Amino acid sequence: MSVLIYANHDAGKFSKSVLELASYAFALANQTGGQVTALVTGNPAGSELDKLGKYGVAKILLTPEPGGRAFDNRAYAAFMASAAQASGASCVLFSDGSISRAVAPRVAVRLQAGYVAGVIGLPDSIEPFKIRRSVFTGKAYGFVEITSPVKVMILARNSWQIAENPVTCTVENFVPEIAVPAAGFEVVKVEEQTGAIRLQDAEVVVSGGRGLKSGDNWKILEELAGSLGAAMACSRPVADEGWRPHQEHVGQTGKVIAPNLYFACGISGAIQHIGGISSSRVIVAINKDPEAPIFQFARYGIVGDLFQVLPVLTQAIKKLKSE
Amino acid sequence: MKILVCMSVVPDTTTQIRFKPDMNSMETTGIQWIINPWDELALTRALEIREQPDSVVTQVSVVHIGLKDADPVIQKALAVGADSAYRVNVAAAGAMEVACQLSEVVKKEHFDLVITGHDSADYNGSAVGEMLAELLDWTSFSSISSFSAARDSITIEREMDSRTETIIAHPPCVLTIQKGIAKDPRIPSLRGIMGARSKPLLQLEPIPCTGTSAYVKFENPAPRSKCRMIDPANPEELVELLRNEANVL
Ligand SMILES: Cc1cc2nc3c(=O)[nH]c(=O)nc-3n(C[C@H](O)[C@H](O)[C@H](O)COP(=O)(O)OP(=O)(O)OC[C@H]3O[C@@H](n4cnc5c(N)ncnc54)[C@H](O)[C@@H]3O)c2cc1C
Repeated sequence: MSVLIYANHDAGKFSKSVLELASYAFALANQTGGQVTALVTGNPAGSELDKLGKYGVAKILLTPEPGGRAFDNRAYAAFMASAAQASGASCVLFSDGSISRAVAPRVAVRLQAGYVAGVIGLPDSIEPFKIRRSVFTGKAYGFVEITSPVKVMILARNSWQIAENPVTCTVENFVPEIAVPAAGFEVVKVEEQTGAIRLQDAEVVVSGGRGLKSGDNWKILEELAGSLGAAMACSRPVADEGWRPHQEHVGQTGKVIAPNLYFACGISGAIQHIGGISSSRVIVAINKDPEAPIFQFARYGIVGDLFQVLPVLTQAIKKLKSE
Repeated sequence: MKILVCMSVVPDTTTQIRFKPDMNSMETTGIQWIINPWDELALTRALEIREQPDSVVTQVSVVHIGLKDADPVIQKALAVGADSAYRVNVAAAGAMEVACQLSEVVKKEHFDLVITGHDSADYNGSAVGEMLAELLDWTSFSSISSFSAARDSITIEREMDSRTETIIAHPPCVLTIQKGIAKDPRIPSLRGIMGARSKPLLQLEPIPCTGTSAYVKFENPAPRSKCRMIDPANPEELVELLRNEANVL
């Protein structure tokens, strides 16, 4: 089947999750005898576009920013749906993120397509089309059957290994002839998140809970994160208390993340917290209570006072990194 | 301004999820059902705005697509302050069918603003709000962490992956909210519970909507291997295992 992906970029750079998506799309197209087309908005450099070919994209549809400067999901959906029709795609794929969540369901309506988010692997069967996803915040898997000819899917983060599949990649300008409704809204202020490593993209995450006792104690956690090049996260009560910004709250009612390595420090491991982190490849728990539920989910654990353990751990990591 | 809050009903967040022996559907006996936590926050914020002096919001209603056994949970929304409730009497199999049923309620009852939760705590689709907006041909905003209303505009904050935007928009529109919009959900008072009984809970019959996807089977995740405990006096051992056994450093 022919596959269309939305290859979004951050100021001209494709993130790891887009390369995962391209690799996944290639595997899916390859399995069913089709090719991968990517819709790219704006104007990334040619060398960036070449990257997509390296990961299996045979054709790039390059389109001006839909709907002007502010992100307008309606315009994006109109462009993406018409790109799907132009490329004859029977599968339209997105990587997970705020843009995809705002656009993909609209595309599904436009194409009268079945929709699945949280996809974690290739379909179990193509006819009928059956695919697995995680449900109940990671507590189980569900198999979804899609009966429509076109499918719209969002690939879960960190669920597909990046793989090089170099193909010849052509670039075409794509200007769909469609009426995009006026935005009808105004962005009056933008606050860019700068400097810090983005939580959703981070390979390593250091997270703190109520066990840190106060917002003033975060320095030891920041130092651990610094030694690892990690992003920071926290449990919900920590964000509710205002000890940390709420963007860092992970769990069922916060962000859902899937890093390679997650450090839970002074976090009890309530089921709602686990919902946001259970797809992490390796979980390390540091807690003074040997009965804390977090140890049931962790691969490695240290029972001890985090105020003593963390500084020593940070030193050990610094030593390793400097070797 | 008339606000409609879409409400899904989900197992309590501490529920151990189990399936029937054939693994085709969830085992529902003994489950405590609650309002999807995000929908509850959406309702809380809508009620806060309506209760402000000189509020432009004249009505806050809730809607649920589902069967009668959800009524006690819907009653809770009335008990914390919603003016009225609608329930479309159909067991919808997917987000598309839910959105289709909702669009009919929105059109018929002339709502100006529809709010849905970012994710529903069961099948984690988070698609209903955007599908509904597309069906209605309305503007929509997702990942909303703050919301207030003025005469004919609303001010919202939208959290994109790497930036936060403050937006002024004009109803009609659909908002999909995430955390941050309200702090704690309300707890119904005894008076609220008594009052809820006299508020309208209207049962509507479904319109024909065809779905394109359905869950056909479930599976439990593989059991986790046991946690390996490390001596707190020797964190070097942890570092060494992370590098050489787990290959993550
Ligand atoms: C509907 C709903 C949704 C929720 N959503 C979320 C969510 O998205 N994310 C989330 O995180 N929570 C969520 N919660 C809250 C959740 O139930 C827990 O209350 C919360 O996760 C607990 O946070 P905590 O682990 O930081 O604190 P606690 O449970 O208080 O745990 C603190 C831990 O620190 C340990 N500790 C204390 N001192 C030290 C020390 N000196 N050294 C080492 N360890 C120490 C203690 O042994 C304890 O295990 C939700 C709850 C509900 C009802």
